[in-house]
Amino acid sequence: MADLNPFTAWRRLLALPNESRLKTVAMAFLVSAICAVLVSGATVVLRPIQAANRAAEEQARLEALVAGIPGMADLLQRSGGSLSTVVMDLARGSAAREVTPETLETALADPANWTALQAGQDIAGLGQRPNFAQIYLLRDGDRISLALLPISGAGYNGRIDAILALRGDMRTVAGLAVTRQSETPGLGARIEEPAWLASFAGKQVSDDTGTVRFSVARGTASSAYEVDGITGATRTGNAVTQIVRFWLGPQGYGPLIDAIRRGEF
Amino acid sequence: MTAPSPLWSTLTDPLVRQNPVMLQILGICSALAVTTSMATALTMAASLTVVLVLSAGIISIIRRHIPDAIRLIVQIVIVASLVIVIDQILQAYLHDISQKLSVFVSLITTNCLVLGRTESYARLNPPVPSMVDALGNGLGYSLVLVVLGSLRELFGAGKLLGWQVLPLAEQGGWFTPMSLMLLAPSAFFLLGGLVWALRSLRPEQAEPAEFVPPVTREAGE
Repeated sequence: MADLNPFTAWRRLLALPNESRLKTVAMAFLVSAICAVLVSGATVVLRPIQAANRAAEEQARLEALVAGIPGMADLLQRSGGSLSTVVMDLARGSAAREVTPETLETALADPANWTALQAGQDIAGLGQRPNFAQIYLLRDGDRISLALLPISGAGYNGRIDAILALRGDMRTVAGLAVTRQSETPGLGARIEEPAWLASFAGKQVSDDTGTVRFSVARGTASSAYEVDGITGATRTGNAVTQIVRFWLGPQGYGPLIDAIRRGEF
Repeated sequence: MTAPSPLWSTLTDPLVRQNPVMLQILGICSALAVTTSMATALTMAASLTVVLVLSAGIISIIRRHIPDAIRLIVQIVIVASLVIVIDQILQAYLHDISQKLSVFVSLITTNCLVLGRTESYARLNPPVPSMVDALGNGLGYSLVLVVLGSLRELFGAGKLLGWQVLPLAEQGGWFTPMSLMLLAPSAFFLLGGLVWALRSLRPEQAEPAEFVPPVTREAGE
């Protein structure tokens, strides 16, 4: 009859020679279990604080993006000094009816609010895209003068998140801010550098027919649709091209851009 | 004069005489990468010291029950978990600095210094001496990081801990920042200079030459 008293079992385990197979497995299991509890505990306890930090950082980058666009300070003051936040329905290209910025997070936790992307459509490497996105609009009178569109997609080493600012004509880039990236330090990670991001301002993303033509050049930009590439970061540059093209295309903000051009928004 | 207690010499030996970075050239990857400013150097030094002391303590407590076959795995798991916890705490409470330190906090796991101390000391000694030894080595590492960080920040930006110490030329002062100091190579130069200076002061630290060329007579006399 096996002794089921845990206390004596523990003692017998400790008394086993270190080289015995049972003790090796038991020690490996115990150490990993305790460490797993420690790590998950720290992650769970600290996550709210980290999320708040990231949100504050994103807010600061958004403000820096707006402040860095020439003429924006004036516009901001005229329109009451703040951007309006809109949750939009990507497929319809209009404001979402049921979802507000407060409930967006819960809505996106539901897999039914995500659309799987076909291989041909998924040029940004997303796999699926949310049906709702939170965008920021700045109005000048009843005209939209600036739209801040969050974009994201797969980079070379991981996901890239950015915010693209388009002027009221929905063709001219007012600026770009990279909010998250994990590209190679010194090469791809240079997409975060203000000097490179500044080169986006004034570029055209699409031509007169509305076709998206934006790209990150290999080397020096040769047209109004291109920005200079970063040496040694071709894959990251291509990723940025694809992300911008995806999000300005029919699966992304295309319907919204059409609606704003028609003056419906 | 009384002989210093063994604990005291365990603590102070790694500061200069047995400095892990400068004598054993361990952990220099992070020492080079995070010393562009004092704030990052101090945070990194504190994180490494905490991880080192805690892992030495834990491993020393269970040292009699670590099966030899999996001892490295057990040590790495413990060190890695502590590193993740520290990294999470930094991300929560020191967000800006943790952004600057980026991957180097997580890389404490693979810092030879930590595994070296747990493997060579904590595995064989009781908890108190192990933790003292770990603290000494952590402080030795911190000392090098702080020296490098202060030199690089002072000459690279004219600042110390963010305070302008040397008036910059562009703001009407006389100091022109040496931007090389903020790049990685300068850490190599400085660390090399420190090692050279220390080994000149204490010749016993110099290693014997690994290869002595044989004396040969010149051909074609």
